[in-house]
Amino acid sequence: MIQYIIRRFLYAIPLLLGVNILTFVLFFIVNSPDDMARMQLGQKHITEQSINNWKHQHGYDLPLLWNAEKQGETKITQTIFYQKSVGLFLFRFGVSDSGRNIGADIKERMWPSLALALPTLCVGLLVDVTFALLMVLFRSSYLEKAGIVLCVTLMSISSLFYIIGGQFFMAKILKLVPISGYDDGLAAIKFLVLPVLIGVFSGVGSGVRWYRTLFIEEVEKDYVRTARAKGLTETQTLFLHVLRNALIPILTGVVVILPLLFMGSLIMESFFSIPGLGSYTIDAINSQDFAIVRAMVFLGSVLYVIGLLLTDISYTLVDPRVRLS
Amino acid sequence: MIVLWTDALIFMLISALLVLAFYLRGKEHIKRPLQKIVSSKVGMGSLIILLFFIFIGLLDSVHFKPTDTKNNEIISLLDAWATPLREHTEKTYSAPFATTLYSKEIILLADGAGQWGYPRLAYGGNYLNGAESEHLIDILKKIANGFAQSAGLMVFSLLCYLIIRRKVQAQQRDFFYFSSSVTVSLIVSFIIISMAYTLIHLSGYYHVFGTDKVGEDVFYQAIKSIRTGLVLGTLTTLIMLPMAIIFGILAGFFRGWIDDLIQYIYTTLNSIPSVLLIAASILMVQVYMVNHEQDFTSVIVRADVRLLFLCLILGVTNWTGLCRLLRAETLKLRELEYVQAAQALGVKQGMILFRHILPNVMHIILISVVLDFSALVLAEAVLSYINIGVDPTTYSWGNMINGARLEMAREPIVWWSLSAAFVFMFTLVLAANLFADTVHEAFDPRRNAE
Repeated sequence: MIQYIIRRFLYAIPLLLGVNILTFVLFFIVNSPDDMARMQLGQKHITEQSINNWKHQHGYDLPLLWNAEKQGETKITQTIFYQKSVGLFLFRFGVSDSGRNIGADIKERMWPSLALALPTLCVGLLVDVTFALLMVLFRSSYLEKAGIVLCVTLMSISSLFYIIGGQFFMAKILKLVPISGYDDGLAAIKFLVLPVLIGVFSGVGSGVRWYRTLFIEEVEKDYVRTARAKGLTETQTLFLHVLRNALIPILTGVVVILPLLFMGSLIMESFFSIPGLGSYTIDAINSQDFAIVRAMVFLGSVLYVIGLLLTDISYTLVDPRVRLS
Repeated sequence: MIVLWTDALIFMLISALLVLAFYLRGKEHIKRPLQKIVSSKVGMGSLIILLFFIFIGLLDSVHFKPTDTKNNEIISLLDAWATPLREHTEKTYSAPFATTLYSKEIILLADGAGQWGYPRLAYGGNYLNGAESEHLIDILKKIANGFAQSAGLMVFSLLCYLIIRRKVQAQQRDFFYFSSSVTVSLIVSFIIISMAYTLIHLSGYYHVFGTDKVGEDVFYQAIKSIRTGLVLGTLTTLIMLPMAIIFGILAGFFRGWIDDLIQYIYTTLNSIPSVLLIAASILMVQVYMVNHEQDFTSVIVRADVRLLFLCLILGVTNWTGLCRLLRAETLKLRELEYVQAAQALGVKQGMILFRHILPNVMHIILISVVLDFSALVLAEAVLSYINIGVDPTTYSWGNMINGARLEMAREPIVWWSLSAAFVFMFTLVLAANLFADTVHEAFDPRRNAE
C-alpha cells in the first residue's frame, strides 16, 4: 500500500513539471515580457525606458533560461524560469503584478471559497442521488418520463440565468437574503444560503441524469435480480444493494474534485462578491495580472493531481475487489 | 465576397459532412440507426429546429462588402436582408413593442419650450398617432396579418406536395397519411416558420424585443448571436477531432511507450483547470493582438480571429475526454478476433487502424460530437461573462447577458435583453440536447441491445 502510494506520488512529479513548463511557454515564450509590459502600460507610444522600468520592477528583466553574465549557480538562478516558475513547486508564489503577496492572499481567500463550495457539493450530491433513486424506483412510468423531461429542460438553461434569476427573485423581490456580500464567521451563513441553493439547483439536471444512468446500469445486474427473487422489496434492493454498489463510481467522482473545492467557483463568487479564490482569479484575469493567473494555474493543477491520488487510494478503501498492482 | 477564417472553416466542415454522407450512403450499419432517428418524434422535431438555426447561421456566414456604402464595413447576407432592423436604432432603451423611450426626457416642443415626458421612438410604431388603444389593436392586427400570410403559404405548399404525391404514388391509401415522426416535424416546422415570419413581419414596424442601451434592436442582436453559438459548438469539435482520434487510437493500439506518452500529455492538460487554461491563453491572444494591431484591418476581422482562437483553445482543452474514451475502446477492439485475424494475415498496421479500428469507434465520436455541442454553447455565455469569451464587439448571447446583467439593478428593470437571450439560447440548447439523446440512443450499441 505504502509502496503504491509512493509510486503514485512520484508519478505526480512529471505531471506538475509538464504543467509548469506549459505555463512557462504560454506566459513567457509565446509572448515576451516586453509584450506584457506594453499591454500593462497600455499607452500607444511607450518608451523603451518605461518598458525596462516595468520589467525591472516586476522582476522580468532577466534572461529566460540561462544567464550568461552571472557566475556559478546564479547562471541558472538569475533567470525568469528559476525565479518565476521553479518557486511554484515550493508554493512560493511571489508577488503579484500589483505588488501584493500572492501566497498570503491565497491563504486568506481559500476559506470563503471552501465555505461556499463544500456545502454546495454535499447538498448537491444528496439532492441528486435522492432524485435519481426516486426516478429509478419509478422507472418506466410516466413519473420517470416527466423527470427526464424536467432534467433535460433544467440542463438546457445556462447557469448564468439561474444566478440572475435567483438573485432577482430571492434577494430583490422577496428580500429573503442579501443580494451579495460576505462576512466572517457564522454571519456568513445568510450570504451563503442563496449561492449554495443556486449552485445545487443549476447542477440538478445533469447530476440526476448522470446518477440515474449509473443506477439503471446497476439495477439490471444479476445480483439485484437475485435479491428480488429472495423476496426483498424494491426499496430494500435499491437502498441495500444498488446504492451501495453504485457508491463506488459516485465516490470516486467526488473525491477527484474534493481538493479543487479550495479553488472555488469562478462565476458564483464573482456574482455574489464572495472574497474567495474564484473571484480572486476573475479579478486577476480582468486586470490582466499574469503573476496571479500563473500561480492559480499551478495551484489548480496541484490540487487536481492530489485529487487523482486520493481517488486511487479511495478505490482501494471502498472497493475490496480492487487490488493494487 | 469576403471569406473570413471562421466562414472558410464552416464551409469546409459542411463539405466534409457532405463527403462523409456520400461515402456512408447505403452502408447497412449506418442505415439502421439513421432510420431509428428518422422514426423518432423527438429526434425529428429537434432536428428541424437545429436545421433552422443552422440555416440562419449559414446566411450569416456569407460575408461581402456592399458596393454602395461609403464606410468600409463587411456585412453578411443576413445583415443585408435585415438592413432595416440593423439601421433602425433608437436613442436608448425601449421596451418590446413600445412606441416611446423607456426613460423620461425633456422633449422640445415646437414653440421651443421643454416638456418632461417619454419621447416617441424614431422607428418603433412611428406611424401611430399615440393613442393607447390604437397601439394594442395595431399590434394584434400586425400579428394576425403576419401569421395569416405565413400559414396560408405553408398550407398551400403542403397541399401542392400532397397533390404531387398523389400523382406520383397512385396506390397511396390515404390522402393525408403521414407517419408520426413526419407529423411532428411538420408541426414543428409550421410553428417555427410561422413564428419566424410573424416576427420578421412585426419587426418592420416595432422593436419586437425592445432596444438596448445604445438603441440597437435586441431581436437583431439575438439573431446575429446564433452564428457565434453555432461556430463555437461546431468548429471546436472540428479542431479537436483529429487530435482526439489520432492520439486515442494510437495510444490504444500500440500501447507501450506511445500509450504512456499520450496518457502523460492528456493528464497534464487535464490537470490544468480548463477555465484557467482558457483564461491564460486568451490573455496571451489579447497581448498578441494589442501588439500586432496592424494585422487586423477591421473590427469584424479582429473579432473573427478571436472567435477562431477561442475555438482553438476550447478544442485543446476539450479533446482529452474523447481521447480517453477512444483509447479505452481501441484497447478493447484490438483484442477482438477480426483484428487478430487481420494481424495474422499480415495486413499492414496502418490499414488495420483505418479499416478495422476507425469505423468501429465512429459511433463514440459521433455521440461525443453531438453531446459536446450544447455544452459548448452554454460555455460561451459563462466565458463571455468572465471576459475571456468572444470579442466584446461580437454579437453573442453571452455578451447580451453580460450587458443586461447590470441593468437588473435598475428601477424599473430592463428585462428584455435577458429574456431574448434566454429564449434563443434555451431553444437551441434544448433542441441540441434532445437531438443528442436521440443520436445517443440510436448509435450506442449497448442501448441498442435492449
